[in-house]
Amino acid sequence: MLNRRKFLTTTAAVGAAGFAALHLAPALAQDAPQIQIFVPAAPGGGWDQTARTIDQVLRSEKLISGSQITNVGGAGGTVGLPQFVNQWKGKGNSLMVAGMVMVGAIIANKAANNLTEVTPIARLTGEFEALVVPAESPFKTAADFVAALKADPTKVPVAGGSAGGSDHILFGLIAKTAGVPAANLSYVPFAGGGEALSALLGNQVAAGISGYGEFSEQIKAGALRLLAISADKRQDGIDAPTLKEAGFDVELFNWRGVFAPPGVSDDDKAAMIKLIETMAKSDAWATECKNRNWTPILLTGDDYAKFVTEDTARIGAILKDLGLA
Amino acid sequence: MDTLSHLAHGFAVAFTPTNLLWCLVGTTLGTAIGVLPGLGPALTIALLLPITYQVAPEASFILFAGIYYGAMYGGSTTSILLNTPGESATIVTALEGNRMARSGRGGAALATSAIGSFVAGTLGTLGVAFLAPTVVKYALKFGPAEYFSLMVLAFITVSAVLGSSSVRGLTSLFLGFVVGMIGVDLQTGQPRFTFGTAELLDGVDVIIVAVGLFAVGETLYMASRRYAGKDEIVPLKGSLYMTAAEWARSWKPWLRGAAIGFPIGAMPAGGAEIPTFLSYAIEKKLSRHKEEFGTVGAIEGVAGPEAANNASAAGVLVPMLTLGLPTSATAAIMLSAFQSYGINPGPLLLTTQANLVWGLIASLFIANVILVVLNLPLIGLWVRLLKIPAPQLYAGILVFATVGTYGISQSPIDLAILYLLGAAGFLMRRFDFPTAPVIIGMILGPLAETQFRRAMTIENGDWTVFFRHPLSLTLLTLAFIGLVGPHIWAWIEHRRRRGPEHVPGDA
Repeated sequence: MLNRRKFLTTTAAVGAAGFAALHLAPALAQDAPQIQIFVPAAPGGGWDQTARTIDQVLRSEKLISGSQITNVGGAGGTVGLPQFVNQWKGKGNSLMVAGMVMVGAIIANKAANNLTEVTPIARLTGEFEALVVPAESPFKTAADFVAALKADPTKVPVAGGSAGGSDHILFGLIAKTAGVPAANLSYVPFAGGGEALSALLGNQVAAGISGYGEFSEQIKAGALRLLAISADKRQDGIDAPTLKEAGFDVELFNWRGVFAPPGVSDDDKAAMIKLIETMAKSDAWATECKNRNWTPILLTGDDYAKFVTEDTARIGAILKDLGLA
Repeated sequence: MDTLSHLAHGFAVAFTPTNLLWCLVGTTLGTAIGVLPGLGPALTIALLLPITYQVAPEASFILFAGIYYGAMYGGSTTSILLNTPGESATIVTALEGNRMARSGRGGAALATSAIGSFVAGTLGTLGVAFLAPTVVKYALKFGPAEYFSLMVLAFITVSAVLGSSSVRGLTSLFLGFVVGMIGVDLQTGQPRFTFGTAELLDGVDVIIVAVGLFAVGETLYMASRRYAGKDEIVPLKGSLYMTAAEWARSWKPWLRGAAIGFPIGAMPAGGAEIPTFLSYAIEKKLSRHKEEFGTVGAIEGVAGPEAANNASAAGVLVPMLTLGLPTSATAAIMLSAFQSYGINPGPLLLTTQANLVWGLIASLFIANVILVVLNLPLIGLWVRLLKIPAPQLYAGILVFATVGTYGISQSPIDLAILYLLGAAGFLMRRFDFPTAPVIIGMILGPLAETQFRRAMTIENGDWTVFFRHPLSLTLLTLAFIGLVGPHIWAWIEHRRRRGPEHVPGDA
């Protein structure tokens, strides 16, 4: 027999399903604040998932009464950014999710607005990248791969995400430390992780670069061999050296963080930093990060602002080498 | 017979009252969003992702699968009745389906698409259950070179929809190439034809183009002839559902559509649009009622593509469930839902999450049954839409198209593009240019370009790759036969008929 509670939750969820799109949470507790989250990407992607996880954790920890998520997608976030800068100015209860991809898109698209105009709150997570080869590949180590790259870069086609994205940037950085001119690289961009993966599984390219999470299950199943990861140190449960250990001085996190709009008061900024810090230290957040293969790399306030500036300079330089900026 | 016992177990999971209810909710919601242009299954599932925090994994995947299949059914309804495709996979359905509706056979068009979807959806789901590991092995053999050759084959076959004048048809096709090129070039990251507008960097959504050219263009054309002629839409003629003759003409296209749709859907870069083009071209070639294509509407041209898009929807699940490869936007979002449960989709999914996967497959069978039961009685209601007098009906279409387009990304730029294309569609209609090739060019052009350039990058500029790969060579040979075959055939026929007259001294 259908138990009553299950039935009730089901019917409630059925009713809620129609409304979920508009209102994610009714205001329950009046004392906790409501926040607004701006996602400069379509629903479903990494930034959107970050926003929805922030909302979920903040609510389960009773830190907010609810949040409203707005999606304005397009062009790596450069369609949404001007809207956040101009129309959300001074709104102290608002956050925008952004990350390394937007830094690259701003440079490559020569966008009018950039991240110095918004108020940095916190860097939250990062996904380190993985360099993989098909199981049948002759490359056993990252050194093998780079040696082949040095011999003739045009013979080593590498699959990854869109041109100028984090995967392409890492490939550029590896080539740079190995002294291979970026212009000679044979990079094969794919729109989605699935397509790049199938090119690797079908043995059509020599190697692949993408977020570790995209490849992790194929690596466990033995269909792909992991040569190196771009993290700062060895990771638990991952049997591969970092690029630094393999002798290439490259470290890259595809980071994601949150920003407040321009023109918020210092009090609002401090309160928001505190809210996000409390969230990032909760167990619920740690569980979500683990499930989603996100590495927590919390950095707040001025340190975060400094980091964004440095990363912008680094990405700008490599995009120039790759002929994209 | 391992599969059968797994499947039986899957049905046990899917047949619990709660899960059946989720399936019903999913299919209903799916049909509704399929009807709306703009709101697709990927976006809907993305918006419903937070539900994964509340309910069991089986329940949410059954809901998502229902939405996914439901959208494929719903998208055809507006294509047929209003010439406003709800999904890119149902654009081809509008070509013949809307003609049928105008000549009073809207009910039959809706019925053949619903039953065809059911047949193909069921065959496709059987394919997922029994053939997935084999199919995926072949699908992975398709690299950029093979895809490019497949595109060449598709280009040759779709010349069927170019219309009576090849110059006009090719003009439309090239217009489609240009529209398809708008946006950031994937290979180099450089913007093309964006004129400095950030909104154009991601390209123009194919749904906006289809709705603009078909629905808005048509509306403007009708408005311009309001006082010139009679009301063109004929309300229902003959039986509401299909006649015996229509059944006889439908069943083969259903099977052929399923046979084309499933394998292409299972290919990592296959998609749902290409099989509908191919199916349409093949049905047009094989039909004994060629004169009905593009005039009063041929039922084969609805039955085939509708079966193809549903079978390809099932095909997309093959790489997703066997290898954890998301090959469409909807599959990618379903995979991210797996992650909310701490399940990592990958090649081990079938063994580690057998309950979930087989429950999902079983619920796909159930979703198909629910959908056909849900959709057939609705036909009576839908065709009444066509009794609305033309001015009100077309005003309604315009509102519907506008709201749907705005729903895609809430961007006013999209609306401007919609009306610009509507005006273009009006002019094309007025001066007798076919509009379907624009859509085909827009979808196939950039795909062919991307795959060609990928193949060239990988092979370091050596174009013999297209002939060195056996699969690619086979496809190119088929394309060549498709191109010259009919001419040789016609020449032989010609010789045979005229032959005797040329023999001197005969008779």
